Amino acid sequence: MKRLWVLLALLGALALAQGHTVTIGFTVSKTGKYNVESVNQLHGIELWQKWVNDQGGIPIGGQRYKVALKYYDDESKAERVQQLYSRLISQDKVDFLISPYSSGLTAKAAIISEQYGKIMVATGAASDSIFKLGYEHVYQIYTPASRYLTGTLDMLRAADANLKKIAIVYEDSKFAKAVATAAKAYAEKKGFEVVLFEGYPKSTTDFGPIINKIRAAGAEALVGGGHYADGATFARQLYEQKVPLKLIALLVAPASDEFAQLGDAALGVVAPSQWEPLVKYQQTCGPSPAQFTQMYKDAYGKLPAYRAAGGFAAGLVLQRAMMDAGSTDPAKVKAALDAMDITLFFGHIKFATDPANHGLQLGHEMVQIQWQKQGGRLAKQIVWPLGAKTADLVYPIR
Amino acid sequence: MPEILASVLDGLLIGLVYGLAAIGLTLIFGVMDVVNLAHGAIIALGMFAVYLLFGAGLHPYLGLFVVALLGLAFGVVVYLIAVRPILNAPPLMTLLSTFSVSMIIIGVGTAVWSTSPYNVNFPVTTLKILGYTVTSARLVAALAAVLVTGFLYYFLYRTTLGKAVRAVANNREAAELMGIPSQQILAISFGIGTALAMLSGALIATLFPFTILSGGVYELKSFVASVLGGLGNPTGALLGGVILGLIEGSVAPFIKISWTNVIEFAIFVLILLTFPTGLFGGRR
Repeated sequence: MKRLWVLLALLGALALAQGHTVTIGFTVSKTGKYNVESVNQLHGIELWQKWVNDQGGIPIGGQRYKVALKYYDDESKAERVQQLYSRLISQDKVDFLISPYSSGLTAKAAIISEQYGKIMVATGAASDSIFKLGYEHVYQIYTPASRYLTGTLDMLRAADANLKKIAIVYEDSKFAKAVATAAKAYAEKKGFEVVLFEGYPKSTTDFGPIINKIRAAGAEALVGGGHYADGATFARQLYEQKVPLKLIALLVAPASDEFAQLGDAALGVVAPSQWEPLVKYQQTCGPSPAQFTQMYKDAYGKLPAYRAAGGFAAGLVLQRAMMDAGSTDPAKVKAALDAMDITLFFGHIKFATDPANHGLQLGHEMVQIQWQKQGGRLAKQIVWPLGAKTADLVYPIR
Repeated sequence: MPEILASVLDGLLIGLVYGLAAIGLTLIFGVMDVVNLAHGAIIALGMFAVYLLFGAGLHPYLGLFVVALLGLAFGVVVYLIAVRPILNAPPLMTLLSTFSVSMIIIGVGTAVWSTSPYNVNFPVTTLKILGYTVTSARLVAALAAVLVTGFLYYFLYRTTLGKAVRAVANNREAAELMGIPSQQILAISFGIGTALAMLSGALIATLFPFTILSGGVYELKSFVASVLGGLGNPTGALLGGVILGLIEGSVAPFIKISWTNVIEFAIFVLILLTFPTGLFGGRR
């Protein structure tokens, strides 16, 4: 009797093994400085895997393919990323790749994926530069840094056709500087006069000198920022010093829920965000924003951050490309990715196909959130783009 | 012009707080020839002390009194454990010992509070001075720094204990021969230096966000202010802090903010080349 069970189990395992599987490989920063963000992204990818396997797998050419994930801890270190992506490709023989979290690590992984000609969907990486190197197999999910603040400026122009003087003040980091430089060029194109364009050191806690300069320059609106700590401090001191700005838009910090701790200083502050649970996109494939948010809440007991949404979206993009290609053949999937033009719960997805920018995200737009008071309590509202908004922009804020 | 004035005023106010931190450092050096490398960590400890007291319902400015007492007690303990046993050993030993204290404070602090930023969130009002907006917190911090310094001078020059501190600083053997218990005086001096560092940390915490690592910046500024004013000279340290703040304030409008440190330290080197013992001379 016991032997019969063993035999049955073996047969069962054999049957499963013979079913089609598509394996997606990537690394996760389970340790090191990107730990929180990267694990968030992993949760999104895992949720996608569960979602698709629960439906019986991906329908490709009349057959169902189950999704298997293969990943390692990259310790947030570039050298580990290169070793591990080589291993994923040559030893583990994965079919497709998803990037690690962060632009820095993704740049390293991209070298390997390109070397082996493996398709890699890059999520958690907003850098433009990776896509200016002539790579043919890397595709970006996030809105690139060069367009981080362009939506903010469009919104500002739409809110106030007469506003002229803006200040762009940014943290001296590679990311924020790239965003600010691109924003300056765009602002000038939009008819704004950039009266102050200046960086501040990463560890700045006293924004007094910068605030004096903003006043002296007579700026009417401010865009800039960098990361959480500096952004929160900057917003607080702008409020304390009663700087008369009609709009304040900062990178990263206001998009975080902790920003509410600033109280009245948070009021009216705008931030670009890759994605927010409240968005109202009309998806053409995959779950709706509300369905994704509910699934995530059921699985992890909290609201999804945009990094998790980005992880799910990366899986969804690969899935859609395989379905469109009707095959897992890399060349066909690549052609499907090049032709892709869809709207997911995450937003519009379309990749650049010209050789100079191949794989750069063209479709996805940042949503602009603003801290507004709702029944006496501070809450984030989506105010831009109009297709995704949940409330009107409050303008001017002071 | 108003912009420069605003910036200089900002620099002056914050410079007074740098000065207070520097007095803590220079006092300990002046009395016992110990360069206290735990100074920055102690400043950070002052920040967290006022934060915790504020969390317990005490207004930050009332909290300052408690922070001063805590600092005094903590300083005496650090002195007895980490400084006294090696006071007569080569100077490198006290450097290593105080550095170890710094590492312990930062290590424990990181474990307890992580390195995330904290804020003392209390209502701040703004005042118009010369047509320029100043926050009340900055004014109070500067005022508190001046008051504490005044109090320190009263203590050093008008009280018996203070005179004993100066006597020990001048010549420890001679002071002992006069019947002054030098070990107790040294312990109290270290305690006062620590209390001043913690007080300056507490004042900074009312202005800016902080982490357990924030003390490092102010430790560096304290060293610069002390050296500018002449090591071991409390008045010099206060003025050194003010000069440092004024340099920061007056160069800021003309250059990119990222360059402030470069200019600040270039001026520092220039002053030292011209006045090797500091602007106001070292004093024991």
